[in-house]
Amino acid sequence: MVYLDNSATTRVSEKAAQKALYMMTECFGNPSSLHNLGFKAELEIKNARRIISQALSCREGELYFTSGGTESNNTAILGSVQANKRRGNKIVVSSYEHSSVLEAAEHLSQNGIEVVYVKPQKNGKITAEDISKAVDDKTLLVSVMLVNNEIGTVNDVATIAAAARRKNSKIIVHCDAVQAFGKIPVNVGRLGADLISISAHKIHGPKGVGALFVKKGTKISPIIFGGEQQNRFRPGTENAAAIASFGVAAEEAVKNMAKAYSDVKGLRQRLVDELSRVSGVVINSPEDACPYIVNFSTMCIKSETILHFLEQEEIYVSSGSACAKGKKSHVLGEIGVSDLAADTAVRVSFSTENSQSDVDALIGSVKKAMDTLQKIK
Amino acid sequence: MKEIILIKNGEIALKGLNRSTFEDAMIKNIRRRMAHLGKIEARKAQSTVTIAPQDEFFDMDAASDIVSKVFGVSAFCRACEIEKDMSVICKTAAEYLKNELEGAKTFKVIAKRSDKKFPLTSPEICREVGGYLLSKFHNLKVDVIDPEVTVVIEIRDKNAYIHSAQTDGAGGIPTGTGGRAMLLISGGIDSPVAGYMMAKRGLEITAIHFASPPYTSERALEKVKDLLRQMAQYCGRIKLYTVSFTEVQEQIRDRVREEYSTLVMRRFMMRIANKIAEKDGSLALITGESLGQVASQTLPAICCTDAVSQMPVFRPLIGMDKEEIVAISRKIDTFDISVQPFEDCCTVFTPKHPKTKPNLSDFEKVESVMDIDALVNKAAEETRYEYITAV
Repeated sequence: MVYLDNSATTRVSEKAAQKALYMMTECFGNPSSLHNLGFKAELEIKNARRIISQALSCREGELYFTSGGTESNNTAILGSVQANKRRGNKIVVSSYEHSSVLEAAEHLSQNGIEVVYVKPQKNGKITAEDISKAVDDKTLLVSVMLVNNEIGTVNDVATIAAAARRKNSKIIVHCDAVQAFGKIPVNVGRLGADLISISAHKIHGPKGVGALFVKKGTKISPIIFGGEQQNRFRPGTENAAAIASFGVAAEEAVKNMAKAYSDVKGLRQRLVDELSRVSGVVINSPEDACPYIVNFSTMCIKSETILHFLEQEEIYVSSGSACAKGKKSHVLGEIGVSDLAADTAVRVSFSTENSQSDVDALIGSVKKAMDTLQKIK
Repeated sequence: MKEIILIKNGEIALKGLNRSTFEDAMIKNIRRRMAHLGKIEARKAQSTVTIAPQDEFFDMDAASDIVSKVFGVSAFCRACEIEKDMSVICKTAAEYLKNELEGAKTFKVIAKRSDKKFPLTSPEICREVGGYLLSKFHNLKVDVIDPEVTVVIEIRDKNAYIHSAQTDGAGGIPTGTGGRAMLLISGGIDSPVAGYMMAKRGLEITAIHFASPPYTSERALEKVKDLLRQMAQYCGRIKLYTVSFTEVQEQIRDRVREEYSTLVMRRFMMRIANKIAEKDGSLALITGESLGQVASQTLPAICCTDAVSQMPVFRPLIGMDKEEIVAISRKIDTFDISVQPFEDCCTVFTPKHPKTKPNLSDFEKVESVMDIDALVNKAAEETRYEYITAV
């Protein structure tokens, strides 16, 4: 099997899976129970919290575990607007955010909040100037992702945050760092964001768990109610198995980050070099994008067709964001690629588990597909 | 662009011929605490220590945070290290300080030229860099009296450095240069502050905690470890001794008149701490006592606890008000941990009316009903230790 859809999700690492099994079958106490079985589970959660907050360079008390990136993004957007409504009625989001940001924003716009969408440049980046222009006194929140999930562009969130704050010092800055965490440094001080979303299953952790960094002092309301857990901000019995497993995955990812990055950079280079030699193929990801994601268009075969062709060879890629299931990519539209390029786009996403032979297998099969499959006009 | 951390050492600079020993200790402490971030290169030159990361993804924010908590550092800043070439210096200053300069209305340039062979004088460097920045940032005006951003250009022997305002360091003397002392820690607000203050004066801190299960819980012990983890950001790695204290406390409850019980307990703590400290190589004890704060911290009470200690007992908080102590505990981030509500050894079996003016002579009689040596030896034998680190 050649798995090249790691931005959709990753295989859970052996150690992370073992930790989850241990938590489910042995250390299964309720973390809130007074007895020491509960205490042991609490310690496991605490340990995961320590690892992840250290990775983000934040305080342990600033990290809340959630059910994943979608909940983190929803909480960030709905919760901060709810808590600050009196100050304004407007939010600014980039137009190529993940659907969990865009649809939360859409929900707000149906409830009287003005949502301004800022488009990326041709190079796939959101500029501080554009954000700054959109921000005014009434703006409560700015949300810009760190690494785009479809084309891999890396936004200069620090500069964007600084520019937004110059226009409105009270503004809350949210950053969806789901595709960045564990792959490139995500440092809360450096990013300058008040809220940061991360997820476990993009870095060889389990699905159903993520976290939201909430900078100390940020005004935000919970969106879930019902218990003392996590300072009442995110109540409910903690998903201890998934959280502990997330901790293991994060620890591995952060420890290997520099080496993994340079390895993946090598894979990306090989892929891009080879694809550039195939006549007609266009690379949609900019040169300075995060190497973990490469988006290209065959310009002749529909995304879905080539995806199914490749799956017959046990090569797994994506046509865009997995969360958009087959819908035409809105991201490619936003960066202004042609309809044909958008219709024939393929997203390859790497992980530390990939090797050169995976890239070679993909190239071979893409060429084969282009030789044999029915072409669109 | 190569970013480094420039460290100015304060009091260390006054240490005359021993200066290098203190600097080395400070660098060693920095190295240890940054080990998890990756490789660094540390250089000493002209009363400044330079920390240069060697890994691509080295987290400079985390590194600055660590440096801000290392004793011996009087001030520090992140700086950009570049070649000594004016056109490179101008260009890099604009690029490196872009975010700060874009957000400001006024600035000034300061040049420090320790390499006197550099062709331009300090005022000339200021003029050239200032002029260049004015041409690049139209939002800026020069204000030499009260500028929002100060751009500092340092021309040193090998390289030039560019940075903006420096940050105050933790001050003090490098931890470990003054010997080792043992901190009695219960889990309250005071003892972590006391430990922090003595570490600031160069002591290596070990800690001793008295646990009385089942009256105190594992969570209470975990709270102590959390406090030490937080303290370790300043003090470095801390060895924690945990004494099982239940038997001593039960005997006191059963055999000692209630009003004396707290002080008898404190005297036992002192005796056990002395014994373990001696084995550990600690030369003094540290407590978080503040005069008159509670019944066991009145002058007569302190006389009674001091009487059983063979080694000096440091009480850095003795003359401080609670608010002053709380302010420090908030600064070092131990306050929120300290106020978690768990029973600790000091809150188990507390008497309603403890003696506030005890006589030392009373204790001979009060304690005669107990086999002191046997209890102390047994508690010392049953003591466990582990190391607590910040990360």
